Amino acid sequence: MQWLDLLSDYTFQNVVIGASLLGLISGPLGCFAVLRRQSLLGDAISHAALPGVCLSFIITGSRDMGSVIIGSLATGSLAALTMLLLTRKSRLKTDAALGICLSIFFAIGIVLLTYIQGTNNASQGGLEAFLFGQAAATLRSDLWVMGSITLVTLTLLAIFWKQAKLVTFDGQYARSLGMPVNAIEAALTAMVALAVVVGLQMVGVILMAAMIVAPAAAARQWSRHLGGMLVIAAGIGIVSGVSGATISTLSRGLATGPLVILTATAIVIISLALAPGRGLLWGFIKHYRQKEALQKQQLLYALYKHPSASQHYRTTFGVRRVLSQLKRQGYLIRSPDGGTGWALTSRGEKAAKQVVATFEEVVT
Amino acid sequence: MIAELLTDTALPIILVGAMVGIASSAVGTFLVLRGNSMLTDAISHSIVFGIVIVWLLTKQQSGPVQLIGAALTGLLTVLLTEALANTKRVKQDAAIGLVFPALFSIGVLLLNVYANDVHIDTHTVLLGEIGFVWLDTIDLFGLPIPQALVSMSIMTLLNYGFIGLFYKELKLATFDPALAKTFGFMPTILFYVLLMLTSSTAVAAFDAVGAVLFIAFAIVPASAAYLLTDRLWMMFIIGALISIASSISGYYLAVYFNVSIGGMMAVMTGVFLILAFLLGPRYGLATQLLKRRRDRQSPVEPPANL
Repeated sequence: MQWLDLLSDYTFQNVVIGASLLGLISGPLGCFAVLRRQSLLGDAISHAALPGVCLSFIITGSRDMGSVIIGSLATGSLAALTMLLLTRKSRLKTDAALGICLSIFFAIGIVLLTYIQGTNNASQGGLEAFLFGQAAATLRSDLWVMGSITLVTLTLLAIFWKQAKLVTFDGQYARSLGMPVNAIEAALTAMVALAVVVGLQMVGVILMAAMIVAPAAAARQWSRHLGGMLVIAAGIGIVSGVSGATISTLSRGLATGPLVILTATAIVIISLALAPGRGLLWGFIKHYRQKEALQKQQLLYALYKHPSASQHYRTTFGVRRVLSQLKRQGYLIRSPDGGTGWALTSRGEKAAKQVVATFEEVVT
Repeated sequence: MIAELLTDTALPIILVGAMVGIASSAVGTFLVLRGNSMLTDAISHSIVFGIVIVWLLTKQQSGPVQLIGAALTGLLTVLLTEALANTKRVKQDAAIGLVFPALFSIGVLLLNVYANDVHIDTHTVLLGEIGFVWLDTIDLFGLPIPQALVSMSIMTLLNYGFIGLFYKELKLATFDPALAKTFGFMPTILFYVLLMLTSSTAVAAFDAVGAVLFIAFAIVPASAAYLLTDRLWMMFIIGALISIASSISGYYLAVYFNVSIGGMMAVMTGVFLILAFLLGPRYGLATQLLKRRRDRQSPVEPPANL
């Protein structure tokens, strides 16, 4: 009953739609950022959105979503350009340029934020929500803006799909084909800025970076194709966005951004461990099985070649375990003379012969 | 007379700001040179997690326990990032982008949950309270010294003590890690100690400037110095001078416009960086342009035998 109430709740509907839109745009665009090794550029752009938010507030005097988006897009792009300028025209490396842009733009944002607070404008309330996100403050009109940005961005991506793909995976080849590589790269970066802007209200400028990285990193584990990766990333983005926003709305006291990010992080951990093919868990199991098989073969080989040496086999735990396993499978018995040694059964002998044959074939 | 100066609010704030800059640009210099600047971003965010956890366990808001806790958190961040990158499932940059937001999120959520008990709120996390450092003083030699100034001075001594003791090892490990390793200087361990010092500095600076502005104090003066000189020791001096200048100018500008003092100091480090970028004597943009123009007007004479 409570859930039904919740579903028909106006604010909650807004939150869910907003979170879905956020996942829908940040997942796919994050894929390009992660594949182009620009994960941290998203971090810089999102921190740099803060002065834009404040500037738009100072100019328009209201917290209108449209102007906030234009403002944050402007400063976000300016930060990306400054970063490019610093790396191209000075001897600073990318990491330093990123750190500089991130911290200085954020500092400007903080200065502007305190300036606004100093002017005691009544409608300034909620501006700080852009730091950590406050999903419950989402308005229906905000959703229209977020929705149209998502739609336009994804349509553009669909139209220039081939170009974006080629530039991402083989920029030099794209250049040799005469593609405007720089323009496409700039467009992809600008799209990351757009995704950041959509997420401002939901997760805030500080954690938006993770919303770019996490769904993409998780999706990469499940798919080897760019298309599949994009779809999965969008799905993961939506799931983490909606569940984080739901928990935040239900609990009232908790900020939305951290909850969304933690959900996404949990999905990343699960994906890293369990994804078919790439999952770490499968890797461990495979490694373990191979090790065991090899140990068995080695033991059979040794017993076949040097039957009398088997007294010394009981030294380590691993060997003892493999021995008892082989015994259970009917390859070995305790040696008939009653000592501590082992002997091959007829079945074991057959298997050992095979091992020896393959081994000697490999050697010769 | 000194007591009078210290009870005035301006001097303690400026001194703390300058000390934050000097202490953090010391470690920042090596991070900039090694190409690991973004680790300060990761560390400064994730120490929020460390600070809250240590507070929950020991109820201590500052002091040596917090510094050690921070050092461990910083180390944890870097180790987690490297472990994640070593799985080969995600790239290094994505690994950084995954680890610190997660730790930061846990920290912020815990702050939300224990909001009534903790001395720091999410506001302090971002801005710091450098404007109030003079309120929290301890008596040293009969003078009311701001606590933040004491802790920042200790961090400065620790950082420069470490750098002074291992100067040649750090220098070699930064510029030629392979050679440093063959000499048995253990560049990896040196690097980890450096990162632990970075985290401790971040915590000591945390109350004054917050998590994000710390990045500016650590990276920007060091980067500006890198644009101005080729000497390592000179980078420390320039970094410290820029920190002091930013602190003084940032304070008075902030007071004039009635804005965040820490934020304005960070912005000033950016201004000095831009100046170095444009007007630096050797690598500055203007110098390069002038040089190119001079070369074009009076090209070098080709050798006679050509």
